[in-house]
This record gives sequence, structure tokens and C-alpha cells, in this order.
Amino acid sequence: MTGQRVSNTCIPYLPRGVRLHEDRVRGIRVLLAPERAMQLDPVGDAILSELDGQRSLAEVIVTLCDRYAAPAEQIEGDVHEFLQGLVDRRMVFLACENMGGGTP
Amino acid sequence: MTHHPVIPQDINGNPVRVGQPMAMLAELTHRCPLACPYCSNPVELARVDSELTTEEWADIFRQAAELGVLQVHLSGGEPASRRDLAEIATAARDAGLYVNLITSGIGLTEARLRELDGVVDHVQLSLQGIDSEMADWISGYGGSFNRKMQVAEWIGEIGFPLTLNAVVHRQNLDRLPEMIDLAERLGCRRIEVATVQFHGWADLNRRPLMPTQAQAAKAREVVNAARLRLRGRMVVDYVPADHHAVYPKSCMGGWASTGINIAPDGIVLPCHAAQTIKGLEFDNIRNARLAHIWRYSAAFNAFRGTAWLPEPCAGCDRREVDFGGCRCQAMAMANDPLATDPVCSRSPLNARLRAEAEADAASDDIALVYRRMAREKRS
Repeated sequence: MTGQRVSNTCIPYLPRGVRLHEDRVRGIRVLLAPERAMQLDPVGDAILSELDGQRSLAEVIVTLCDRYAAPAEQIEGDVHEFLQGLVDRRMVFLACENMGGGTP
Repeated sequence: MTHHPVIPQDINGNPVRVGQPMAMLAELTHRCPLACPYCSNPVELARVDSELTTEEWADIFRQAAELGVLQVHLSGGEPASRRDLAEIATAARDAGLYVNLITSGIGLTEARLRELDGVVDHVQLSLQGIDSEMADWISGYGGSFNRKMQVAEWIGEIGFPLTLNAVVHRQNLDRLPEMIDLAERLGCRRIEVATVQFHGWADLNRRPLMPTQAQAAKAREVVNAARLRLRGRMVVDYVPADHHAVYPKSCMGGWASTGINIAPDGIVLPCHAAQTIKGLEFDNIRNARLAHIWRYSAAFNAFRGTAWLPEPCAGCDRREVDFGGCRCQAMAMANDPLATDPVCSRSPLNARLRAEAEADAASDDIALVYRRMAREKRS
């Protein structure tokens, strides 16, 4: 009954029609999607800016850990929760090996 | 251009705070091959020879982006009825806007869609029914359903993210599960199920279109179940029937707070139906800068904020949630644009509104008044 679950082996990416945008008028970063404009805090922006469609989530988390000098256990939970919310709303897609259930 | 005071103030003279707009609805034309009896365009349609030019739209998009608009919705009428749709969409993209195309699909060819590839971010395709019989009857256009399905296929091949906009009413609401299935089959990322809003053309068709209370309750169940089943696969957005709600919607997220609408002839509106409100004067983008209109237009400031709200809204704990509801609905039912939206259970007119809705829903009238352009020379 549930859709795709975020896991470290998946490659998360912004699908066509969803993009990061520099809002110069308000001085903020936003995620633009169909009928949605979401203001990003620095953490959300940092996570989404790392999604290149090439690297697995595990690699993204390592990069974030290095950059913010934080332990993986601390960052992992936040990243999973943040991305899962966007996956459920079809604003982030996951490319996963051997995953049943979800469709691309 | 109308006279503007130096300090933005509401209809009662209270000073108002002016925010920044997020979204623009660009009605490129009122022309449309379809004749849907609930069309959101005004009953008096803008003439073809009054339509804004490609260059005028390009300038509007640049002004909008400077003012803070992030997303533009290219709509109509049918935007594909404009031969310069690709140029207009390109101008919107070049201004830095997220470009959403709202279309019936009629008038789009594969070649025209390919011109929009890389220009349009997202497509919303309207749906009048799940088969030719229903869709062609409602749209008043034979063959529309099959052409629309062909367009949906091209959209999928090119790879545009697609939302199906299903407009529901008494005649098709029982087929909602099949509409959701159809959206899934078409590979939609999202379906928007919107109950007809009974303004303008739809108000002329209340008897055939008003959903029953039982239908509205069932639709809610269908939507909730679909959301659970489709989580992470397809988003289901739902606009329920006004007349069965307890509280009104926060119309436009608050009057002139985040949205701007440009009519085909350049009139700048806080919402697409605002011209039904008597006494408001609207400016035309041909005569003023968008930033000036946004900030000083009397029509935009009229219902900004909450200071103008009468009772029972003024003392209501939901006044910052729904801002008194829809001004056009207040105008239509209470003949007073300042009144509490009669959809609200706290409005003195609510009992009458519900009784009228129930009577309309019980009607077996199925004769539709189609939306047609007044006779005029076509371009």
C-alpha cells in the first residue's frame, strides 16, 4: 500500500518539472514543482543541491557529513525524513535496484 | 488608469500591508474550441482584437519576475488557440519563471508540443469525463476525448510532467474512481479533482451540475483511499464542493496576497472572477506598471488583510485562516462583496444557500447552457 521508501542504496534525484531556484526578490532558495513553491532552509537546500542523479544516498550523506563535520548517524535520520516527505509528494524520485512496488 | 491613494488602504480606508505575489495566471485568450458549461471565464468574454500581443506578454512576464512571481500559469480560454503560444511560453521562461501550461489539449499537435519541450515545466490537461460519451457531451465538442487522449500520449512521449485536471459535478462525480485510474494509466504525477465552482457560466448550470451531498461524501472517501493507495506514485489534490463545507475556502490564499491574474485584454485582477464584483475598478497593464497596480490599485487593496471584515468574521478565530472566504461568492449571493462568504456555516445566508444547493442537486434537469463566444469576427 505504501510507495517507495528512501534507502541509502537508492539514487535520489529531482525529476523533470522540479527544480531549485534562486529567489532574488525575497533572498531565499526555493524548490519549484507543479503547483508548489517551497521555501528551503539552508539544510534542505544543502541536501537537494547534492542530488545529481549519479550518486547513491549513502554517498550524498557522506558528503554532507564531511561538509558539516557531523556524524552520519546524526545526519542520516534527518535526510531520510526530509527526502521521504518529498518522495511521497512526487517532488523527489528514487532510482533503486531490485525495488518492488514503486514505479519510476 | 484609476485614481490611486498614496497609502495602500482597504475598501474602508484602513491601511493594508502589501506582500509579494508568487503566482500569475496568464489568460492568453478567451477563445476555446470547447464550450464547457462551468467555464471559469467571465460570461462577457474579451474580444480577440483586444488581446495582448506577444511582446506585451513578454514585458508582463519580466515585470512579474521582478515583483517576485515564481510561477506562471498559461491558461485561457485555450492557450493553444494562440498561434504564438511557443513564443509566449519562451518569453515566460526567459524571464526566469516556472512555466505551467493549462490546456484542454485541443489545438496542440505533436509538433507544437515539441516546440514547448524545454520551455514548459509542467502540463495540466483538463478532463471532462472518462469516455467520449461523457467528455464530448460536457465539453460540447465532438471528438474532444479521443484527441485529448492522443495529446496525453505525446505529452508522455516528450516527457513533460503531467497533471490531469478533472472537473467534477453531479453528472460525472460517480466516475471519480475511473478518472483516478485513467490518470494513473496516463502516467500522471498528479491529479487535481476540482468540484465546479458555481460562478459565472456554472451558475447558469446549477441545476444539471450541482453535486448531491451523498456524492460529495463519497468523493471524499474515494480521494482518501486513493491518497493512501497511491502515496509516492501519484499526488491526489482535491477541491471539494463549496456548498457542503462547514467553513469557506481561503480564496486565493487571501485577496491579493499571492496571486495576480491578467485577462486576455490586459486587465489586471486579484482573481479570475473579480470583475463580477460591482463597484471595483480595475487597471489595465497597458496603462500602468505591474508593480504600481499590485501596490496601489484600489481593487487589489479593497479586501487585503482583515481590518475590513464585518461580523461574524471580525470576531471569528478563523479570520486569519480563510479571510472571510470568497468575495465573488459574497457578491453573488448576498449582493454585498463585504459579506461573510455564504458558504460559511456562520453566515446568516448559509441555510438559504444549502437549501438552494439541495434543490438544485435534486433536479433531473440535464440541459446544459454551453459557454460560447458572442458572435464576432474570428482572427
